[in-house]
Amino acid sequence: MSNPVIIDGPNLAHGHHVDDAHHAHEHHEQHFITKYIFSMDHKIIGKQFLITGIIWAIIGALFSVFFRLQLGFPNETFPIMEKFLGEWAKGGKLSPEFYYALVTMHGTILVFFVLTAGLSGTFANLLIPLQVGARDMASPFMNMLSYWFFFISSVFMFVSLFVQTGPASGGWTTYPPLSALKEASLGSGIGMDLWLISMALFVVSSLLGGLNYISTILNMRTKGMTMTRMPLTIWALLFTAVLGVLSFPVLLSGFVLLIFDRNFGTSFYLSEIFIGGKALPHIGGSAILYQHLFWFLGHPEVYIIMLPGMGMASEVLSTYSRKPIFGYFAMIISLIGITVLAFLVWAHHMFVTGMSPFLGSIFVLLTLLIAVPSAVKVFNWLTTIWRGNIRFTVPMMFALGFVSLFISGGLTGIFLGNSALDIHLHDTYFVVAHFHIIMGISAFFGMFAGIYHWFPKMFGRFMNNTLGYIHFFLTFAGAYLIFWPMHYEGIAGMPRRYYDYSAWESFKQFDSLNGFISVCAIIVFFAQLLFVVNFFVSIFRGRKVMVQNPWGSPTLEWTTPIRPGHGNWEGEIPEVHRWPYDYKDDGNGNDFIPQTVPLRPGEEAH
Amino acid sequence: MSGFLTIALIGLVFVIIYQIAKASEYATILRGEEKINNRVNRTMAWLLVAFFVLGMWGIWKCHTLLADKMLPVSASVQGEAYDTMFNVTLLVTGIVFFITQTVLFWFAFRYQSTGKRTAFFYAHNNKLELIWTTIPAIAMASLVAVGLRNWMSMTAEAPKDAAIVEVIGKQFNWLIRYPGKDGVLGKRDFRKINDADNVLGLDWNDKDNMDDIIAQNGELHIVVNKPVKLIIGSRDVIHDVGLAHFRMKMDAVPGIVTTMWFTPKVTTAQMKEITGNPNFVYEISCDQMCGKGHYSMRGTIVVETEAEHQQWLAKQQSYYAANNAAPAAAPATEAAPEQKTDSVKAITMK
Repeated sequence: MSNPVIIDGPNLAHGHHVDDAHHAHEHHEQHFITKYIFSMDHKIIGKQFLITGIIWAIIGALFSVFFRLQLGFPNETFPIMEKFLGEWAKGGKLSPEFYYALVTMHGTILVFFVLTAGLSGTFANLLIPLQVGARDMASPFMNMLSYWFFFISSVFMFVSLFVQTGPASGGWTTYPPLSALKEASLGSGIGMDLWLISMALFVVSSLLGGLNYISTILNMRTKGMTMTRMPLTIWALLFTAVLGVLSFPVLLSGFVLLIFDRNFGTSFYLSEIFIGGKALPHIGGSAILYQHLFWFLGHPEVYIIMLPGMGMASEVLSTYSRKPIFGYFAMIISLIGITVLAFLVWAHHMFVTGMSPFLGSIFVLLTLLIAVPSAVKVFNWLTTIWRGNIRFTVPMMFALGFVSLFISGGLTGIFLGNSALDIHLHDTYFVVAHFHIIMGISAFFGMFAGIYHWFPKMFGRFMNNTLGYIHFFLTFAGAYLIFWPMHYEGIAGMPRRYYDYSAWESFKQFDSLNGFISVCAIIVFFAQLLFVVNFFVSIFRGRKVMVQNPWGSPTLEWTTPIRPGHGNWEGEIPEVHRWPYDYKDDGNGNDFIPQTVPLRPGEEAH
Repeated sequence: MSGFLTIALIGLVFVIIYQIAKASEYATILRGEEKINNRVNRTMAWLLVAFFVLGMWGIWKCHTLLADKMLPVSASVQGEAYDTMFNVTLLVTGIVFFITQTVLFWFAFRYQSTGKRTAFFYAHNNKLELIWTTIPAIAMASLVAVGLRNWMSMTAEAPKDAAIVEVIGKQFNWLIRYPGKDGVLGKRDFRKINDADNVLGLDWNDKDNMDDIIAQNGELHIVVNKPVKLIIGSRDVIHDVGLAHFRMKMDAVPGIVTTMWFTPKVTTAQMKEITGNPNFVYEISCDQMCGKGHYSMRGTIVVETEAEHQQWLAKQQSYYAANNAAPAAAPATEAAPEQKTDSVKAITMK
């Protein structure tokens, strides 16, 4: 390996030079294609997920700019949109069909391609082997497949943007019959087929990844790395993978039935429909069945998005407060609580579908229970920074923002989880505000905290701080400016997914507010481009990392060389002797003790 | 051309910001990282405080700007309980919001690194964990209790004397069917639907259908202070009957009958006075995405007094009569109900 830094932990075995040389030799011969394209190195795969995710995020966010232009200024035309969208925005005005297509693709892209694949794909790959002390994933080959299935899935989704009838346009939830019947909407044509194929491949990718993450965490921890010595990021990523593995197959089954209904004349979801001037032969299906199957994934999906952010925020808050995470075990137990409850609350998305009210009331109870572990996490984060020695690095700013947004978005969940309030708020802008703050912005803040924090580990360089701070404040302020007022619109009953409100006596008073929100959204979009520029330029031009452990963090990834090769550690994998949050005086003037340092005589383990 | 200029301009702004950022980084290294880091830390701590203060001011400002654009008083009896519960929940979550956000920003500012501070090693405290597990659990339990009480009462069986109206969604408007004099909605069958003269697929073999009235303009007339039960269905995809002023909502699902009942308590005329808006109208919004015309799927509700309602009703013609100018020899005398399983019949009345 090219990097000369040698691990100098006091507890490391000093032999095994032969092994080193062998490793180094092996990897010098790697071809560009096997090293960067069809790579089996978890770090490279993580970067592939991240960069693909960033590209998707730009597309998804750009879509929101387009439809926010329509929402904010329904009477204006924007000729520049015609340049991008052609026929769909003739004369600079979005057609309603394509407005719905954009809304649908924005949701699909952000929820699945960015905040699932781009988030846990990136950090599970990057962090699991590095933080548990493994040379790679349990199956590097499956790991590679996981990325490439995601890539193919991305290609299908991307292609669907260009078909003549437009991409899927039934909302990211694609409820049948709307999504099942070609007569019901333009987007339910070939675009919907491509959507389903893409999502099916996505599920495959997610399962291949998830199984790998779980087996790596359970089986490949280094010596001394007991489960209770794992950083909270790993705990969070473990439960993320568990959620995905258990719930994605259910989604797939729902999609398969939908494919059958669409193409093979079955009636799983269809019954008593008259459309396009004729009565369809389908009888006896249930449109609600799809919603059960969808939300059985759909709700755990929310936590698939949230948990990695929670884990990374915990890690970052602790690191830059120079204090152990408060209540390590309580944090793990609350993660378990959230994971279990995540499977028991799906029908709270369906209170007003005509589902039995009694069943609804059980879901109310279970849903509001989730507030308890969530509250525990918030209080633990607050206590973590209490009496700390806080360094406001960019990742720390994002982690603090994460907590703030998590509180704001979590509290509105208490309204929506209570069916007696949901009956009015359901499918209004209140919901839009709630889930964007909590699983959109808050999850993104966790992700940004992670990217800024581990960028030195990924690329051996730092990102630019000044740009990072600008990015943080614009995004943080913008997020609240966009979504706070939306709560008001929702409380006033303004329905979501409307193309134009000007004909509605009850909702048209918000037109200037919609304009304001759109302007904020566009500014925030450009602030994200600032991040993108910072990210890509810093890969090649960023300040070089000169020390092995720039943040003074006790976890294992910082014991690897500055630019670790495939295999991560030169020489033996270090042994772990203590928990990952020992931020205390090591006797040599450092305020932390790496996990690899044995307990001193008389020192108690955590 | 202007498009290219805009893009070039944006690109230029990016380059400038990037160069400034880069320069400040070099300056940091030149002037000594330690010193600069401390200064940046102080700046960021103050910026967070500024953010908090501005944020709180913004919340207040937002409220004053939007307060008079919100919904008027609840137009239904059930909505009153809703409003109370909403306010209670808002109070509870509001208190938690202000306390936790204040603590977060206060701690961040108070415990900023100054170069001299050392962190306090404090890893766990089971008593604290127990306290902040129990308190949210109790708070949630009480909110659940209030919620379920309201939920049970609003989803309970409609009162016996409730008026019955059927609301059927289709892309992209609402069809309203009144049961007519007999107070019974006749059977309908989706296979008998025909946009020319049988929009709901009424089964003419069922004589209960003969006096049913169908309003295709999506205007629902109901009587003030009299419970009304909506029988909700859909002809094609899923829709949703959203009644913001009544704090109610229910999906319209093809193949399934859903119901919703409430007691309107403010007439349209009264609401015009309350809101001071002469154009005020109760609106039915479709709240479940149903295709390209989703945003225009609008119905209206007229809440009127019993007398006004009777007057209006007297002017309505039954759907059968409207489509069969000369009443044909009634084919309904001895009709075998052939499609018993598929047809929708509201059995709950009578």
